[in-house]
Amino acid sequence: MEITLSHYLSVSAILFVFGVFGIFINRKNVITILMSIELILLSVNINMVAFSAFTGTISGQIFSLFILTVAAAEAAIGLAILVIYFRNRGSIAVEDINVMKG
Amino acid sequence: MLYQAIVFLPLLGAAVAGLLSVRQQHLPAEIVTVVGVCASFLLSCFAFYHVALLHNPVTIDVARWINSADFVANWSFRFDTLTAVMLIVVTSVSSCVHIYSIGYMHHDKARARFMSYLSLFTFAMLMLVTSDNLLQLFFGWEGVGVASYLLIGFWYHKPSAHKAAMKAFIVNRVGDFGFALGIFVIFYLFGSIEFDDIFSNASDFSNTSIVFLGFELPALEVAAILLFIGAMGKSAQLGLHTWLPDAMEGPTPVSALIHAATMVTAGVFLVCRLSPVIEYAPFALDVITVVGALTAIFAATIGMTQFDIKRVIAYSTCSQLGYMFFAAGVSAYPAAMFHLTTHAFFKALLFLGAGSVIHALSDEQDLRNMGGIWRKIPITYSLMWIGSLALAGFPFFAGYYSKDMILEAAWASHSFTGQMAFWLGCAAALLTAFYSWRLLIMAFHGKPRCSAEVFEHVHESPPIMILPLIPLAFGAIFAGWFGYQSFVGYDMSYFWGDSLFILPEHHAMEEAHHVAEWVKRLPVILAASGVGLAIIAYLIIPSLPARVVSMARPIHTLFFNKWFFDELYDLLFVRASVRFGRFLWVKGDKQTIDAFGPDGLSGLVLNGSNKLSKLQSGYVYHYAFAMMIGVVMLLSWYFSGFGR
Repeated sequence: MEITLSHYLSVSAILFVFGVFGIFINRKNVITILMSIELILLSVNINMVAFSAFTGTISGQIFSLFILTVAAAEAAIGLAILVIYFRNRGSIAVEDINVMKG
Repeated sequence: MLYQAIVFLPLLGAAVAGLLSVRQQHLPAEIVTVVGVCASFLLSCFAFYHVALLHNPVTIDVARWINSADFVANWSFRFDTLTAVMLIVVTSVSSCVHIYSIGYMHHDKARARFMSYLSLFTFAMLMLVTSDNLLQLFFGWEGVGVASYLLIGFWYHKPSAHKAAMKAFIVNRVGDFGFALGIFVIFYLFGSIEFDDIFSNASDFSNTSIVFLGFELPALEVAAILLFIGAMGKSAQLGLHTWLPDAMEGPTPVSALIHAATMVTAGVFLVCRLSPVIEYAPFALDVITVVGALTAIFAATIGMTQFDIKRVIAYSTCSQLGYMFFAAGVSAYPAAMFHLTTHAFFKALLFLGAGSVIHALSDEQDLRNMGGIWRKIPITYSLMWIGSLALAGFPFFAGYYSKDMILEAAWASHSFTGQMAFWLGCAAALLTAFYSWRLLIMAFHGKPRCSAEVFEHVHESPPIMILPLIPLAFGAIFAGWFGYQSFVGYDMSYFWGDSLFILPEHHAMEEAHHVAEWVKRLPVILAASGVGLAIIAYLIIPSLPARVVSMARPIHTLFFNKWFFDELYDLLFVRASVRFGRFLWVKGDKQTIDAFGPDGLSGLVLNGSNKLSKLQSGYVYHYAFAMMIGVVMLLSWYFSGFGR
């Protein structure tokens, strides 16, 4: 069986939906949310690379490298924020993070 | 300049004392007010000499007050004999009361405020008697009403006191409404409220009529009766009298100054001042006579049965005011003014004496708890005797001259109402003597009925409370003898000048001097028998009153409960208006205006924002979910229709 573009896109869509559901079904841990965001970014990367290979242009792959870089930086900042947050409030459970409650 | 000072010195004193009261500076406040009022008294004597004795009536313009199209009102003072007499009465009694208050209110924590109110009252009363137009008179009229309200409710922590203050104010509103309408009618007729314009044109309007609601009414009668309704309210005449006995909740000096000597006589003053108008309203004169005569007897019957020492004197005041009114009603204005003057002295004396008794008995006011103290407070006792003798009209005391003059004038008027007034007045004279001696005997004689420790503590008042009574006692003894010739005797028309006006065909005043001998003697005989009755009933056979009461139970109940006037008014007006007020408050104000207005709007906003803020759960995943829903909806909208 030949693996076509639609297979790549399907995998990417499934990963994206996992990522999205992971953000708002998850009730436990903020780190999981960060991982879900990574998942969404990666699914987009798969799309980029798949389209790049399919159309035979290089720019999609260059973009995906940029996205990986930004995602790494973002993960570093997000984890740093989490560490500070844990130090200040003693918990990173999602239930406890509702300071903005009206 | 000196004349203006008479009026404004008490105002200055009141203002300064009011400011000092904020800092609890009692002694300076007392000094300032007493000096102000006493200076005003001295200047009044000067004014009396120039205006009344040397006959130089003056009118002084101070400032323009209102100038609106045809309507002009000035601040101006009118000094004629009538004003001069009132000035002497007001400032002399006020000075005595001011000095007396220093002693009487010695234990009070707010006595600077008290002195300030007293001076404020004096200012308003002087404004009333010196005014040159009806509006300024109305200003003084309301001013004394306010001062009276403040002073009755001076001990505002007592619920009974502020209820009495409100009652006085509200009952007076009824009269003042009539007064205001009267001023409107006068302005409608004369196009002016200046006394000079009104008085010089009054005769032109004696046959004019005004149409009101389809009725054609004689104009001057309407004006006179409306103005008399105002006078009835202020002077506590039958029907609008209910506030006066309750006003005794105020401190005793207030009762003496306001509710005996000066403010309540403002109605009599008003009728005398407007004599040039009222003389052309014969029906109104009859009404005044009848109301006055009925009040005289009615109040005396109640005074007989009361047990509160101040209330007895209050009903006596009410009754004496009735005398003054029926004197005015039979066109004997000089007699009314004469009785006003003498009454001011002896009634202030009686009240201040009663205050002295109350002071001696550690604030006991109930006659049933007094008795047997005359040896301990001989000066107060003798002063009360003088006051009572003058009130009962014993020969050669002040009341003898003035009250007899009134009764003779009523007899000499030869009208039906005059005759009625004469006989009712005679009956009231009997009762007056009876209740005066009942009061004296119950308060001073017999066995002590107070508790032993109170009796031990009974003491003569300090000199500062006794000294002011001396000039009043002199007034009560000599004012009648001294003033007789000028006020009502042969110098009458010269003395009063133009300030009082009597139509030539009304000659009750002249004929009063030539009535039959028995008419002159009757009041004295009746007074003596009243005293005799009181002595028999309360001193010789102390069990007699109880037996009489049980024999005449229904009548005593009627008198003791003040003819059920309070209950009647409560049933007719008070409850209905309270219910109406409650309806407006609850249904009208709270449930309609507030519910849909400010309260409703703010409630709506508060409720809405409370509900909206519930959306802010603070959980990141809720926001994320909302975002995703939004994105999905946006995309589906985009793909379904936007693109095409």
